[in-house]
Amino acid sequence: MRHSFFSLIRNALGHHREWPPLWRDPDPKAAYDVIIIGGGGHGLATAYYLAKEQGLGRIAVVEKGWIGGGNSARNTTIVRSNYLWDASAHLYEHSLRIWEGLSRELNFNVMFSQRGVLNLAHSLHDVRDAHRRIRANDLNGIDAEWLDPTKLASYCPLLDISPEARYPILGATLQRRGGTARHDAVVWGFARAADRLGVDILQHCEVTGIPREGGKVTGVETTRGVIKAPKVAIVAAGHAGTLAAMAGFRLPLVSHPLQALVSEPMKPLLDCVVMSNAVHVYVSQSDKGELVIGAGIDPYAGYAQKGSFSIITEQMGALVSLFPRFSRLRMMRSWGGIVDTAPDASPIIGKSPVEGLYLNCGWGTGGFKATPGSGQVFAQTIARDAPHPLVVPFTLDRFTTGALVDEHGAAGVAH
Amino acid sequence: MERIPCPHCGPRPLAEFSYGGEVVPRPDPEPADDATWGAYLYVRSNPKGPQSERWVHIHGCRRWFTLTRDTATHRILDTPLRKEEA
Amino acid sequence: MEQPFRLKAGGRIDRTRPLRFVFDGKGYSGYAGDTLASALIANGVHLVGRSFKYHRPRGILSAGAEEPNALVQLGLEPRLVPNARATQVDLIHGLEADPVNCWPNVRRDVLAGLGLAAPLMPAGFYYKTFLASRHLWRHVFEPLIRRAAGWGRVPEDPDPDVYTHRHLHRDVVVVGAGPAGLAAALAAARTGARVALIDEGTEPGGSLLGQTRTLDGHPADQWVAEGREELSHLPEVLVLTRTTAAGLYDDGTTVVAEERLTDHLTSHGGHGPRARLWWLTSKTVILATGAHERPIVFPENDRPGIMLASAARTYALRYGALPGKRMVLFTTNSAAYESAIDLQSRGLRVEAIVDARPDPSGPHVDMAEALGIHIHKGCAVTATDGRHHLESVEIMLLSPDLRTVQAPRKLIECDLLCVSGGWSPVAHLYRHAGGQVEWNAEVRGFTPVPGPGLPRVVGSAAGTHALSQALERALTAGAEAAREAGFGDGSASSAPRVTETDALDGMDLWRVSDQPGDGGRAIGRPGHLSFVDLQNDATAADIDQAHREGLTNVEHMKRYTLTGFGTDQGKTSQVNGAVILARAVGEGPEAARLTAQRPPYTPITFGTLAGRRVGGLLDTVRETALQDIHRDLGKNGGAVFEPVGQWLRPRFYPKAGETMDRAVARECRAARQEAGLLDASTLGKIDAQGPDVVEFLERIYATPVASLPIGKVRYGLVCKDDGMLVDDGTLARLEETHFHLTTTTGNAAWTLNWMEEWLQTEWPDLRVRLTSVTEQWAVLALSGPKAREILAPLAPGMDLSVEAFPFMTWRAGAVAGIPARVFRVSFTGELSFEINVPWRYGPALWKALLAKGAPLGLTPHGTETMHVLRAEKGFILVGQETDGSVTPRDLGLGGMLKTKRDFIGKRGMARSDLQRPDRKVLVGLRTDDPAQVLPEGSPIVEAMSSARPLPMLGHVTSSYLSPMVGRVIALALVKGGRERLGQTLQVPLEDGDLAKVTVVEPVFWDPEGKRRDG
Repeated sequence: MRHSFFSLIRNALGHHREWPPLWRDPDPKAAYDVIIIGGGGHGLATAYYLAKEQGLGRIAVVEKGWIGGGNSARNTTIVRSNYLWDASAHLYEHSLRIWEGLSRELNFNVMFSQRGVLNLAHSLHDVRDAHRRIRANDLNGIDAEWLDPTKLASYCPLLDISPEARYPILGATLQRRGGTARHDAVVWGFARAADRLGVDILQHCEVTGIPREGGKVTGVETTRGVIKAPKVAIVAAGHAGTLAAMAGFRLPLVSHPLQALVSEPMKPLLDCVVMSNAVHVYVSQSDKGELVIGAGIDPYAGYAQKGSFSIITEQMGALVSLFPRFSRLRMMRSWGGIVDTAPDASPIIGKSPVEGLYLNCGWGTGGFKATPGSGQVFAQTIARDAPHPLVVPFTLDRFTTGALVDEHGAAGVAH
Repeated sequence: MERIPCPHCGPRPLAEFSYGGEVVPRPDPEPADDATWGAYLYVRSNPKGPQSERWVHIHGCRRWFTLTRDTATHRILDTPLRKEEA
Repeated sequence: MEQPFRLKAGGRIDRTRPLRFVFDGKGYSGYAGDTLASALIANGVHLVGRSFKYHRPRGILSAGAEEPNALVQLGLEPRLVPNARATQVDLIHGLEADPVNCWPNVRRDVLAGLGLAAPLMPAGFYYKTFLASRHLWRHVFEPLIRRAAGWGRVPEDPDPDVYTHRHLHRDVVVVGAGPAGLAAALAAARTGARVALIDEGTEPGGSLLGQTRTLDGHPADQWVAEGREELSHLPEVLVLTRTTAAGLYDDGTTVVAEERLTDHLTSHGGHGPRARLWWLTSKTVILATGAHERPIVFPENDRPGIMLASAARTYALRYGALPGKRMVLFTTNSAAYESAIDLQSRGLRVEAIVDARPDPSGPHVDMAEALGIHIHKGCAVTATDGRHHLESVEIMLLSPDLRTVQAPRKLIECDLLCVSGGWSPVAHLYRHAGGQVEWNAEVRGFTPVPGPGLPRVVGSAAGTHALSQALERALTAGAEAAREAGFGDGSASSAPRVTETDALDGMDLWRVSDQPGDGGRAIGRPGHLSFVDLQNDATAADIDQAHREGLTNVEHMKRYTLTGFGTDQGKTSQVNGAVILARAVGEGPEAARLTAQRPPYTPITFGTLAGRRVGGLLDTVRETALQDIHRDLGKNGGAVFEPVGQWLRPRFYPKAGETMDRAVARECRAARQEAGLLDASTLGKIDAQGPDVVEFLERIYATPVASLPIGKVRYGLVCKDDGMLVDDGTLARLEETHFHLTTTTGNAAWTLNWMEEWLQTEWPDLRVRLTSVTEQWAVLALSGPKAREILAPLAPGMDLSVEAFPFMTWRAGAVAGIPARVFRVSFTGELSFEINVPWRYGPALWKALLAKGAPLGLTPHGTETMHVLRAEKGFILVGQETDGSVTPRDLGLGGMLKTKRDFIGKRGMARSDLQRPDRKVLVGLRTDDPAQVLPEGSPIVEAMSSARPLPMLGHVTSSYLSPMVGRVIALALVKGGRERLGQTLQVPLEDGDLAKVTVVEPVFWDPEGKRRDG
């Protein structure tokens, strides 16, 4: 059933008893052409584009829990493409362009809201870096502009731009095409669309082993039995390293807790995304009215989907300093995700040391925004067994040659 | 995780510490090829489970120490000993 | 009549202290001891808000933290509190509250009609619509949705209140001061253990404050008072009220709690902090967090006047406020009968008890029958009526399988429907600590599963319903927790004898069906919604739909229907929702899974979380010994400062009316023509000594160390092991095994910590001591052709001649009578002395130098001039010419690197990508237009065009108008830059203009270095 206002009316007349499942709940087949490990946004997008654009027929996504239950459900939903280095800029901009048509493409409203993303500058050093980034963005075809404190005050009046602030705001970069999307909808939209193309989404199917023969992958061992496939892709964020270990290699990744929180729902007050690397906080307001707030990662490695409360208190100090009017609002819920951080804050996409086994990981704190683009270029990489041109700089090789894509400046605290 | 047991000062708030990560020995640079060096710089075991890791009581006694922590639960499994006790 | 529903007597309110307050623009009165909710009820106000999605009228459901409906905007600017739960707001005189999510007021809400559109707004409807255009979504539909959504308004002004944090160590922390918590705290405290007892309410006692039970023959509140009295005499006991435990961390040993300090005293802000965040670190923790009564999901279960049975009793007994005149009780258990009987005894007329069980029994059931209350057995409420307040309920007979209902239907007029669907233990904190809960068929709720290392749980939180048993177990738990913490022998006194309520012999009625009954009629009438989550308007039909659409995992269902996503975080809806989903799948409650429980237990104020560390106190401000001088200097209010890390450094010193450009030009000229004075105290300084210090520094620095003679200074480079430059500075050899090192201002702490890491972890055999002396030495950099002339009279014992004190050496001696170390290093290219004196003598030295130097033209300058001067010389600034991807070789400093021995970074910079010939390297740029300053960070291209992406060759790292060179100078990192010397490149500017530049050597001033000796 195609979604539209008319289908909604039709279903309302039927008391909403006729809606079909968004996706099927099939049993695993004995073999597939490609198995994607990880039913988050990236994994489901990969499956969708494999089926849609690469013409592969038998595709399965295996997920140890419920789809979208990992970082897809735990991020702050920021979408932007204003990265510093060419390689990143091209990849994230590719993704942003897909975002712009994604709701229609998937026939599922992912609530992509281009409300603008501000990155604040608090020192002359920040200003210099900001200028470098927006000028580079411009030559990479990415919209970016500089707001001086006066313009900033009218664009986002809630910010405290007084020069007496401890870390005064000296201006901000603005990407107007950036914004937010509804994270669950992205997962469900890709799942539904992939399912319609015949992809089997296998939930509660945990991978326990990655069997190989003669250095070549042969499929996966799971809690629902052995499933064969000549190509297997690891798209499991924080757990990429654990899966790599099953295949006999290690990765340049460390998994860290990353916390976020929401306020109680408020009437509309903040109509853009505000990010500050210097004081480690980023915030936007969801359509439901909650302020969605994130911080820097917890400093230690961890897989527990929970972080330290002291990190949250530090982050709130920064938030209230930036937005003095927020002080009396209240935190309603906090949570933690597990982010797979790479040494250069850039992803790893491409082949692994094992033939037939592909990697898409290391997105760290910023993977959500790349979901559709990542899926699309990774699908081509898998199908052709050769890296898509946009992912060439992001292969594992770079950690041997030293050709890192160091985005710590642009990725900053995160996301 | 709100407190870290410093072997010299006792348990103290997390904010007093810096994390040093997994213990990775530095290979002999002479014979090491780029892959070996890259692995030393970047590749980590990143286990989901017990990990031997370094911390420094940076806003305290400034001493580095190693402890074992279960990364799956964040639970600290051993209280590190002072060198003279070890 | 004032407070028409107030009882003449009874309750814990103070009738001698009437308070006036305003709700929804209308004035009312209440009493001290009231909550806003109880005062509204006493005034007969039940319609207190509108629901999230359909704007349906809503009333007060509960008497506590679980309240989903009664959210109000509290107070006046600037002390607004959005989304306050009226059930937990202490009434104060002059309090002003407004309902949220309605306009112009709660009775005439313009969006009330949205309820009629409910059929078009099932769960997730927004995912299926508004697909046509992203612009329409962004500019039309999304704003509409956003405006309709959300509750309170943000205050217009910054918060005038302050907040604070406090850390405390305890032996036993007891969360919850109801009967079980109080008993546990007493038993623990009697051993002498340090105990903290915390409770979200205004006073200890919990459920005992609104009951008719007796303990040892006395009213319950007497037992509470005696317990409080006893605790108050024990010196190691801390009792915190209005304090909500938000979360439990570190295996349940750290309780984080918010104590509300002033909101209940005045609406104008109190003395001292508004709230305090407690970090209670405890050897043991006991959770006595109670249980929440569950609503029943039936059609139209959301009208004002529908209330949890226990809440209705609390309002009558604790607050002396009757929530209605004629009530019906709809229950699945006998325990709720007590509420009906108590309410009847307070003057409410119980029209009927609708009991879902076909055959209820128990002492209170008998008592109700004896009182002549009509009990409709095996029945359920199937519909309700009343526009802004309940007027009647419709009941029908439940079929034996409970899935359908049967005629005849009966209408009962009433203005209060009390509901009890059983009790849900409050296990939030237990789950924060990693504890699990499972379905307990006896309790008909999810109870904690005990486990090693988890906190003790007592009372109804543990599913212990009978009061005597709860008290007995709590006393034991308290004594045992104390023993575990090292106090007492674990034995506890015996529990008081109590009058019991009826057992929780309930039944599972999760949902009154809206399916056609056999022989009956369809009661799923349009608009008759059965709400699961009252705050988010999530209905049982929404859960059905989620199930139908394949969202059968409880986390999916939660996200799709928003069940449990409200400010109450599902306290009354989570269990109902999970079980209704399980039943849709065809399973029982034991198969239901609850969604994850995350901190905080109830919403916690941002300001409290932030504590003192906001605004000016967000981070430490580091100041040099000269900060006051900098502030006073100049007639225009002193220096203009720039934040550099935690420091505030003078950027320039404008004279009256001077722009930055003019001030910097003046400062630059002075430094090149006469002399300049810079406060360089922020430079990182490390004292390194020990028998192995040379070996250590050789390993750390990329530049040679051992060959440096005593008395000499050398420039040093520090790389990470990947070969990238991270810091630079100088090394001065003081003695054979003693060095004075400097680092950049920004990296001082990082560099010292990093050196310590190598020393302590990798090379513990090296005998070296590293000590930060940054704030031991004030440093003034005296630079310029007249530097020697100025310094000489102040340092009579020091031969300053080039021969006696050559470049890159240091001397100890007295300057202006102050013991000093003078370093002949130069960051400007001019003759330069960096004079180090003990920190507190910095101001004296500054004054002495200026006294001598000012007549000769000595001019203080800030960081901006320093940047210009060093850029003229092509000296790099770490962090400006570097970004973590630049090697010493890239900067043209390869010749300084050690070639033979290993150092940190040596192998790293030999990797293939770091050897590429076309890497970006440091060059100078000469702009065609001599006045065109290139914005730092600007990209450099071969030839500008409209093509995108357009390949970039690099970027401008530094660019200044150089008053001495007489034109703009610039440094840049350019791909293969050395091969491009002489080439013309382009720098696109922001306004679409282009600057043409020529690649030149990165030195613009005194390339031969003749000036450094003066």
